Amino acid sequence: MKGSRVGAIVLRILYLYRGSPARVFPIFVFVAVDIILWGFLTRYLNSVARADFNFVPALLGAVLLWDFLTRVMQQITMALFEDVWSRNFLNFFAAPLRTSEYLAGLLIISVITSCLSLVAMLAFARLAFGLSFLTYGVALAPFLMVLFLTGIALGITASALVLRLGPASEWLIWPIPMLISPFAGVFYPIAVLPKWMQAIAMFLPPSYVFEGMRAVVAGNPPPWDRLALGGGLALLYLVAACKFFFLVHRMVIRTGLIARYSAETVT
Amino acid sequence: MSDTSGEMNRLSPPAVLRVERLAKSFGDLQAVDAISFHVAPGEIVGLVGPNGAGKTTTINMILGVLEPSAGRIEIEGVDLAADRSRALASTNFAAVYAPLPGNLTVEQNLRVFAMLYSVSNISARIERLLGVYDLARYRRTKAGLLSSGEQTRLSLAKAMLNHPRLLLLDEPTASIDPSNAREIRAGIAKFVDSGHCGVLWTSHNMYEVQAVCDRVLFLSHGRIVLEGDPKTLPDEHGAATLDDLFVNVAQEALNGRAVR
Repeated sequence: MKGSRVGAIVLRILYLYRGSPARVFPIFVFVAVDIILWGFLTRYLNSVARADFNFVPALLGAVLLWDFLTRVMQQITMALFEDVWSRNFLNFFAAPLRTSEYLAGLLIISVITSCLSLVAMLAFARLAFGLSFLTYGVALAPFLMVLFLTGIALGITASALVLRLGPASEWLIWPIPMLISPFAGVFYPIAVLPKWMQAIAMFLPPSYVFEGMRAVVAGNPPPWDRLALGGGLALLYLVAACKFFFLVHRMVIRTGLIARYSAETVT
Repeated sequence: MSDTSGEMNRLSPPAVLRVERLAKSFGDLQAVDAISFHVAPGEIVGLVGPNGAGKTTTINMILGVLEPSAGRIEIEGVDLAADRSRALASTNFAAVYAPLPGNLTVEQNLRVFAMLYSVSNISARIERLLGVYDLARYRRTKAGLLSSGEQTRLSLAKAMLNHPRLLLLDEPTASIDPSNAREIRAGIAKFVDSGHCGVLWTSHNMYEVQAVCDRVLFLSHGRIVLEGDPKTLPDEHGAATLDDLFVNVAQEALNGRAVR
């Protein structure tokens, strides 16, 4: 892997962000809108619910963490879409760029932008609604890491689907986190789900994160063994997602799809 | 197989590009049918043929964005299938259908691609190419706002970033005026005259092919049906001009007759 080639992929996206407030805006504004919406909802729930339960960490914290996962996935896919929209695949893949270098570039961009989003979310939740994740200290890091790995795996899988199915497939890609969320127990314990949904939840790393966070908010110690299981699953999915992307990339080179990518749907 | 190939390399003249029995089929369609040719350093080889003859398919295979069904491509002695990244490091291309990202400025585009091709001393190289291709005043202009002629010059500047040993040009002057086209042809010819680089040039402009190419390959139905010096080929085949010869060859191939 060559640093300059990975750097080129990163630099291309940074140039786009530098020259385009429309791209920078969503990093901060959409997350702020989510925090405001859910922040006031939790305040209202606190005012009508029993006094010994605090909805702020339970609901607003869940929104914040789920937004983080969604951002990680979307930033990887968005970086790929920049090449789709500018019909740049031929220029990139006819260069000495390796598939792993391209993926590494997308990943670095995702790390940078989603970390910026996270900092903005944390600051906004603290200032507006008094939710401070800092009180959980470094114990929060493994939770974020599992979500981060899952977001990357989802982003790479979605990118591979776009590469295979063409630009029109973006409408299949964006709802992916929404499809997962009911099974992941973002806002409620997995135990309230019917058995078949619980069975699916077992295979979703975020379900271990949100169950764990609810335990911590309730004053219990973090369930490290369950979190480790979630982390292991996330790593497994990440490896599978990378393999899937390599496979699809190989296929689009074999069939020549990548050279005909200006068409909206490639078959 | 590799022994045979090695033997061929020892017996053949030096080449920046060597294509051996290259083939590509899409289902029942044989787009490229076991063609073999080479491009020597300091040589401009024209690849001409009617639409659908297999020119762009051939170029895409040499660029590593389309996997051949059979055959072998060597760039600077490096097997493209075995070490794609190393083979493509000494290659570059410009094509009308592959504009650079329109949402980056001229200078940003050149910097990104200079990094992709691991160019050393990037700033100096960019300044030099901005001057050569008369793009200095557009350095902060987004590529998408340039005229088609300026975009072509930008694509050519990008193609020269890494001092390529093999340059693939797919109709490089298709969208520019005759005066600019002449300048660009002269610039490329001068670059090639240094003996550093070989060029594979596709065009439908037979005047251009005659003016710049040392050798021309006529492609039809995925096969090389005629090969030779574009300046003497028309006489040798009883045609008044290369244009006429092109039409004759295309029609004969279409009718399934052998080309004389």
